Amino acid sequence: MIEVEGVSKAFGRTKALAGVDMSVPAGTVQGLLGPNGAGKTTLVRILATLLAPDTGRARISGVDVQKDPNTVRSLIGLAGQYAAVDETLTGRENLVMVGRLYRLGAKLAKARAGESLERLGLVEAADRPVKTYSGGMRRRLDLGASLVGRPRVLILDEPTTGLDPRTRLDMWAFIRDLVAEGTTVLLTTQYLEEADQLADHSIVIDRGQVIASGTSAELKARLGSDLIAVQVPAAELDRATAALAGIGCGAPVIDQARAQITIAVCDPVPDLMAALRTLDAAGIVPVDLGLRRPSLDDVFLSLTGRATGDDDPTAPLTTTPRTPQPSRSPA
Amino acid sequence: MTAVQSAPARPPTPPEELTTPEPAPLPRSAVFADAVVIARRNLTRIARTRQLLVFATIQPVMFVLLFRYVFGGAIHVPGISYVDFLIPGVIVQTVVFGATSTAVGLSQDMSNGIIDRFRFRSLPMSRSAVLAGRTIADLVRNVFVVLLMIVVGMAVGFRFHNGVGPAVAAVFVALLLGYALSWVFALIGLTVADPETAQLAGFLPIFPLVFASSVFVSIQSMPGWLQAFAKNQPISRAADTVRALTEGGPVATNLIWTLLWSTAILAVFIPLAVRRYRKV
Repeated sequence: MIEVEGVSKAFGRTKALAGVDMSVPAGTVQGLLGPNGAGKTTLVRILATLLAPDTGRARISGVDVQKDPNTVRSLIGLAGQYAAVDETLTGRENLVMVGRLYRLGAKLAKARAGESLERLGLVEAADRPVKTYSGGMRRRLDLGASLVGRPRVLILDEPTTGLDPRTRLDMWAFIRDLVAEGTTVLLTTQYLEEADQLADHSIVIDRGQVIASGTSAELKARLGSDLIAVQVPAAELDRATAALAGIGCGAPVIDQARAQITIAVCDPVPDLMAALRTLDAAGIVPVDLGLRRPSLDDVFLSLTGRATGDDDPTAPLTTTPRTPQPSRSPA
Repeated sequence: MTAVQSAPARPPTPPEELTTPEPAPLPRSAVFADAVVIARRNLTRIARTRQLLVFATIQPVMFVLLFRYVFGGAIHVPGISYVDFLIPGVIVQTVVFGATSTAVGLSQDMSNGIIDRFRFRSLPMSRSAVLAGRTIADLVRNVFVVLLMIVVGMAVGFRFHNGVGPAVAAVFVALLLGYALSWVFALIGLTVADPETAQLAGFLPIFPLVFASSVFVSIQSMPGWLQAFAKNQPISRAADTVRALTEGGPVATNLIWTLLWSTAILAVFIPLAVRRYRKV
């Protein structure tokens, strides 16, 4: 349904995308993960016909985004991380207007608007001006507007950024419904939990390149089995890191900000006991210590060497992903 | 880079945003249909913002009353009663002031995110429809303002002395100039950063043009160096045309000037505004 082949795009000397390939089968959800500045939004904009790639090509439902952008626009719906709706108009008027701009007739536009409002639980508020809506209601309306044209492909660019947990769960349920009906979804997110919950398959991009792809389970499997997470007093971090160096079956990942060491282990219980003994012998009392399954956050951290939401791609790496030497500490 | 900060008011614009794929031109009927949708939306907005509507109505009425009763006694225009001289001028002045709302409206749309819906949510709509819809809505608004000015004018003593046909033509001439200027203000609205600046920037060219013109006073009363400018600039030409059509007198030269001015403004500013819109 979505095919991307060797797409690259540079802004001046900055390479936003450096040869990205991606293929999303119809009726599935593709997660597109990456830190800020990784190139996610550039890829979304290329697929949405807002930006032309320098090389490569992208097709939606077989239609080339560059050769026939008008057709592509009628196939896709795009919802973003902030609400692009008219404050003065009512919710219903907003949706009818968008319907008319999708060139539905007056009657059909009204019917679709009503449908969207019902689906998104906005019927009661439908005839109130949008300026009386809460943030969550606006975002629901925004998504509703993207559905008026009955898109076959829905591109969601960080759809739940800034939403409260309750509204986020509603959005997820809603996205699942759409997929069940056959909509193909490209989901850009920084919340790995979101990809874990919704995506059938994900790619991780960093500095314009795909650095990993697979199902959530496959991405997690790349990290080995379980993880020991040890949080220590900040002053003890270096000493604890050195003490734990021999434990586990991979290099530890150090989170300087939280003073947390995460170790992938192949033999969970003996390794956990060994870690406890080592720390005890060194006289370090952990703030927190536990054994857990890896989350996509761990995958992300180990793949990119950065936590999600880390803005500066030139910041020194505080972690050494899956390499034999012990981790470096920044100066 | 296209780094996305948390919840920006506007989408982050990459530094070189000029390579948007150019869609095949939509059929003219589609552009028009889209423009009508946008115009209706804008008129609904105008109707909903009651306070703005009230003050936008009071302002030109105040101008009529001030000039009719405060300055009017001091201004002498040979050969015509001042109220008959004033009201045609005020009609032109109000459409010109009205045209500045194009700048404010577009600028508001840009900062409150609805332009994103039109532009960045990849609707299969015509791009020029947003500007066309905006200027058409402001034209409709100007029709009401002109009719209001005529009613107020007649209440303070203004009369048509030249028959119905020329009176209707006079209204059309004023509206044409207003519509042409809307495109100048569209460009201003797309260029400045926020609605407040749009308001100020819009009025900057307006004041010298409206006051150094034949709108309120006879050009003969001005110093010689100013007369050549004041006589030929579009607002004077339009005011003189409207005056000749409502009160009688030679029309042709001023009418031709006004039509030329309006056409020239449209020919220059429509492409500039559309080009600017593509880059925002």
